[in-house]
Amino acid sequence: IKDKYPGTIITILTMGPVRAADIIREGLYRGADNGYLITDRKFAGSDTLATSYAISLAIKKLMPVDVILCGRQAIDGDTAQVGPQVAEKLKIPQVTYAENILEIANGKIKIKRRLERGIEHVESPLPLLVTVHASAADCRARNAKLLMKYKHAETWTELQHATEDYIKLHGDRPYLHIAEWTVNDLQPDENMLGLSGSPTKVKKVINVVFTAKEARVLSDTDTSVETLMIDLITNHTIG
Amino acid sequence: MANNVFVYCEIEEGKVVDVSIELLSRGKRLAGELKVGLDAVIIGTELNGIEDQVFPYGTDHLFLADGPELYPYQTLPHAAIITKLLEETKPQVALFGATSVGRDLAPRIASALKCGLTADCTSLEIGDHEEKKEGKVYRNLLYQIRPAFGGNIIATIINPETRPQMATVREGVMKKEIFSPSFRGKVIRLDLSKYVGESDFVVKIIDRHLESRKADIKNAQIIVSGGYGVGSRENFKLLFELAGVLGGEVGGSRAAVDAGYIDHERQIGQTGITVRPKLYVACGISGAVQHRAGMDQSAMIISINKDRNAPINKIADYAIIGDVAEVLLKMIKFYKKNSK
Ligand SMILES: Cc1cc2nc3c(=O)[nH]c(=O)nc-3n(C[C@H](O)[C@H](O)[C@H](O)COP(=O)(O)OP(=O)(O)OC[C@H]3O[C@@H](n4cnc5c(N)ncnc54)[C@H](O)[C@@H]3O)c2cc1C
Ligand SMILES: Nc1ncnc2c1ncn2[C@@H]1O[C@H](COP(=O)(O)O)[C@@H](O)[C@H]1O
Repeated sequence: IKDKYPGTIITILTMGPVRAADIIREGLYRGADNGYLITDRKFAGSDTLATSYAISLAIKKLMPVDVILCGRQAIDGDTAQVGPQVAEKLKIPQVTYAENILEIANGKIKIKRRLERGIEHVESPLPLLVTVHASAADCRARNAKLLMKYKHAETWTELQHATEDYIKLHGDRPYLHIAEWTVNDLQPDENMLGLSGSPTKVKKVINVVFTAKEARVLSDTDTSVETLMIDLITNHTIG
Repeated sequence: MANNVFVYCEIEEGKVVDVSIELLSRGKRLAGELKVGLDAVIIGTELNGIEDQVFPYGTDHLFLADGPELYPYQTLPHAAIITKLLEETKPQVALFGATSVGRDLAPRIASALKCGLTADCTSLEIGDHEEKKEGKVYRNLLYQIRPAFGGNIIATIINPETRPQMATVREGVMKKEIFSPSFRGKVIRLDLSKYVGESDFVVKIIDRHLESRKADIKNAQIIVSGGYGVGSRENFKLLFELAGVLGGEVGGSRAAVDAGYIDHERQIGQTGITVRPKLYVACGISGAVQHRAGMDQSAMIISINKDRNAPINKIADYAIIGDVAEVLLKMIKFYKKNSK
């Protein structure tokens, strides 16, 4: 977007423990303008509803924003829920499974999205939230110059352990500072955060025991192939 | 209707899609255990007679939102209708297909209703829960069971406090079961003006093409993949046939691509696509490290190879020792014989 519409400001927002600042640095290396990290113990244990609540508050603080891009699904939870939930909390439209942003002009955006069986072109007013489909263009590579520039970008907590030289470096170069927001910055209803704001609870977890990858060796007889197929159907691997 | 089980039925070209029928079937069983009714909603246009498609599965109340502006699917109007309908009818359980529509819609509704939602459940059951710290017992909760963290653990998720308890389920996970061919429920047509407003139509669909799907190997849940051992382009047809009946895609090793048995866009491995399907069937593939790099994260691997000592067998869950063509024919035959 930035290449196509010069002057666009790209902000990276992420929520997580302090080490999530790595994500922001990766973004800066690839051309983002600034980053915010939402981090607070009170956010721990959030399910998607509580996560989206916290993220939506942070976005409200950043408003006006035209386009909010997020992934389709995270690699940990893999729920693909946070995006649409943030959109609902902000009362803005959402376009999921986007493959390509075709045009942004006159307060409107045109997007190509991927359906299960086909594609759709839609037009939406701004602001809106877009979740990106895996078939979208790959993210651009790190830029060597930006890598040098932002190598020492850090959040306030990370700086706590830094040496004086380092703190001076940050003083001289304010762009190295990654903002950190805690609960106090967002002024949320605390009942809607973390565990208490999360309606879903994990009741129990069973480890699936993989028999140390010792293959079960089967012959090619009718009986053994049929037994295997029945097993696969019964355990819902197929069928 | 309060406390019923609710199912969102998705339609495509006038037909209720498979996953919705599967959810009605499962929903009816859950409703039976809970001793409540089964409700469903269909949103679209020209819905006259559509009830015949869902009543045999035991739908007690079918809500219809019928209007030309409601098809094809759009997030905002559909979310507005269902959110209000759920507020009015207060079901205890609400189920959605884990399709591109259901996964777009359900989280938006869950956020509006501030209730819990579990994606991609592989099993739904009813059970109790005791909160030991508070000494509270919750009866008849929906256990939302799904694999997590790459499939190495199975988690049971519950929503003790919030209603409805929402879940999405992928196509093919639940079974279709006719409740009674002659069963008739009640049709309730919604007065659209009470459910949607102009502001729900700000997003415009410019155009829409449904295509016969191009190979989408990366996202396929089942991959039947062939190597040099398949022997010919002709034999690869058997792989396509098995993938077809299982609802999967076909991939290949580089040796198979180089031999011209299969197109390059289907190559799996270090210099091809990386996949992590639920099931990977490796047919006549030796299992070179460059190939394994693209598929060893698959949840289950079945190898078909005439060489018992092929390296692929070291990472396979099942190793069938035999000739590719013969074994594939048997797999197809016994799948057809034993599937629903
Ligand atoms: C830099 C580099 C990158 C590479 N990238 C990739 C890549 O991305 N993907 C990839 O796949 N490879 C890649 N390779 C190639 C890789 O090293 C192997 O050569 C290749 O994977 C072998 O393919 P194969 O298993 O189909 O063939 P083979 O190794 O020839 O194995 C054929 C197998 O079929 C069995 N067989 C034969 N006839 C039958 C029958 N009738 N019934 C049952 N079984 C039978 C044999 O026992 C044997 O195990 C790469 C190599 C290099 C050097
Ligand atoms: N803690 C978080 N911080 C920032 N973005 C998040 C966070 N959790 C989820 N998201 C966004 O929501 C998308 C979907 O996540 P999920 O619903 O967890 O699969 C991700 O790809 C991210 O864009």
